[in-house]
Amino acid sequence: MAKSDLIGGTLWESYSRKVNDRMLNPRHLGEITPKEAEARGTRLVVADWGAEVCGDAIRAFWAVDPATDRIVDARFKTFGCGTAIASSDMMCEMIIGKTVDEAMRITNIDVEHALRDDEATAAIPPQKMHCSVMAYDVIRKAASEYKGVDMDSLEAEDIVCHCARVSLRTIREVIRINDLKTVEEVTHYTKAGAFCKSCIRPGGHESRKHYLVDILRDVRAEMEREAAAAAEAAPRPKAFAELGLIQKHRAVEQVLDEKVRPALLRDGGNLEVVDMKAADGVTEVHISYQGACKGCPSATAGTLSFVEDVLKAELDPSVRVVPV
Amino acid sequence: MDRIYLDNNATTILDPRVKDAMEPFWCQLYGNPNSLHTFGTEVHPYMRLAFDRLYAGVNARDSDDIIVTSCATESNNTVLHSVWYDLIRTGRRSEIVTTQVEHPAVSNTCRYLESLGAKVVYLPVNSDGIVDADILREHIDPERTALVSIMWANNETGLLFPIRELASLCRQKGILFHTDAVQAVGKVPVDVQDVTVDFLSFSAHKFHGPKGVGGLYVRQGVTLNPLMHGGEQMGGRRGGTVNVAFLVGMGLAMELAVEGLPHERTEVRRLRDRLEDALRAIEGVTVIGRRDLRVPNTILVSVKGVEGEALIWDLNRQGVAASTGSACASESLEPNPTFVAMGIDTELAHTGVRLSLSRFSTEQEIDSAAAAVRAAISRLRTISPTAVH
Repeated sequence: MAKSDLIGGTLWESYSRKVNDRMLNPRHLGEITPKEAEARGTRLVVADWGAEVCGDAIRAFWAVDPATDRIVDARFKTFGCGTAIASSDMMCEMIIGKTVDEAMRITNIDVEHALRDDEATAAIPPQKMHCSVMAYDVIRKAASEYKGVDMDSLEAEDIVCHCARVSLRTIREVIRINDLKTVEEVTHYTKAGAFCKSCIRPGGHESRKHYLVDILRDVRAEMEREAAAAAEAAPRPKAFAELGLIQKHRAVEQVLDEKVRPALLRDGGNLEVVDMKAADGVTEVHISYQGACKGCPSATAGTLSFVEDVLKAELDPSVRVVPV
Repeated sequence: MDRIYLDNNATTILDPRVKDAMEPFWCQLYGNPNSLHTFGTEVHPYMRLAFDRLYAGVNARDSDDIIVTSCATESNNTVLHSVWYDLIRTGRRSEIVTTQVEHPAVSNTCRYLESLGAKVVYLPVNSDGIVDADILREHIDPERTALVSIMWANNETGLLFPIRELASLCRQKGILFHTDAVQAVGKVPVDVQDVTVDFLSFSAHKFHGPKGVGGLYVRQGVTLNPLMHGGEQMGGRRGGTVNVAFLVGMGLAMELAVEGLPHERTEVRRLRDRLEDALRAIEGVTVIGRRDLRVPNTILVSVKGVEGEALIWDLNRQGVAASTGSACASESLEPNPTFVAMGIDTELAHTGVRLSLSRFSTEQEIDSAAAAVRAAISRLRTISPTAVH
């Protein structure tokens, strides 16, 4: 919640100009007929995704050059809100000229980014993200058909949300790609759990093999384990205590510049490191105050302990600060 | 571009006569009615007239109360919280019975009270889209039921609930009955002596009054614990300095709305039916709910192959304001429970679009709107993979 949340009804205002434009004038709307595909020496792929029952359905038409696997043309028909239409249209635009394998690497995020007016502003509000996920799904559906995977193989997938027909794989991928943290976000992005809610957690009106709460917890745990492993593998910086005096001085200066001097400068003061000594496991930093700090009553009390606390926390508990 | 406003169930234009009536209360008659001096007392006759108009509007007796609130949401909250505080929290009764199709002002308040320990029963609607006395009878019990809260008319479908029968059933059983009459006042006659409700909520901006003011009718002798504690305004039942201008505006708006009921029943209904017939003539268009069971101004249509939000977006582009309960346009993606109960094809669950007229709607507007709907449907069906052609 914030000031900007206090005025409701902002759904359409959150659509980018590109989204609005493509809602009204989609560039790639329509069908590719078998005749047309044949005339261009291409193979026609027709793929359906979604269902009217769930609020949106898309049919994608691809004309693919069998020699190069390149998508020569792509068109769509969509039942859905304006964002579904705009995402479908942008999806077609993005895959034309790409090979089927290249097209499969396009995600819903890429589609949404392509619909932005400027890099920093989302093209559509969060509750509409599932419309771009649909564009992502239909690419995979069409690609699997082109590659000759049995049409039923997707139906045989592990479906988590039956209302919206969202697979376990989609949910796991969408959580990872978008770094989702809550079940509500999973629902916004995939529509899983938005209808009968049985798949959210045990205790709904139907029991399920998978629940979103469990999937989210497991994927997050995997992501954390991977992040921890990655951090483990990265080279660790040498501990402060192991450094030589020149290296220690550099480290101290860096912390002072980043964390201490800005605060002192705001009050018209500063400090300078005049010497450093290391003995008996203690590193002494000798400082001289400048400007307003010079002679300030706090220089030997509050300010001193602030400087020392920051250095201890950032570098090592063995640091002592000595004003001279 | 001339804009056409067909979203009068959301809010209405302020009647210019109401605007004029409120004018003196900003800079001339601005006293606090609780003050003892002339600035305060000189507004009393205007308040008295406003109350007279409100009481006459719903045929309340002088011994009953009509408490002025900030909106119908506040009125609904006042009733539900009062019943929770007085009857449920104290263990005297345990349940609130309401419907699955109430406005969030009732349903979300009920959900909140559930979190405090109240039990709430959400009744389904029947295949006509309404809650009938048989369904209600099965679910109420004077031992358990603290309150029944059922809307007079549904905001989305415009369907009228048999409030007279439902209220009388509760009266016989000694159970308090509340109705959210926001979509009924100004559209159909509302008479609290004919219909034995204990509480009734209404909101001025739904009948060409100002936004930010509403009312709560409370039958004589019924306990009401205030929601807004404070001063002695509204006889201690609702604290807070009275917004005199809004009260005056609501009073006149009520009088004009009640005077306009014959016009509503004939002319608004004629225009509504004209638009409805034009829409029905389009292939694959279904109108939800029997015409004779609806308020005179509302149409909820479902258009095969056209998603609701896409349709109202296109209508808005053409200058026509309508609304959708399409799950896609709201935060929640749940299909409309009325659609489900009425056995409407699940494929149509995301296609509902509501058009709601007012006494300010004109025949020319209706004809233009019908043309705009035809154009939008035709455009969107060229995009849809499943449309009828």
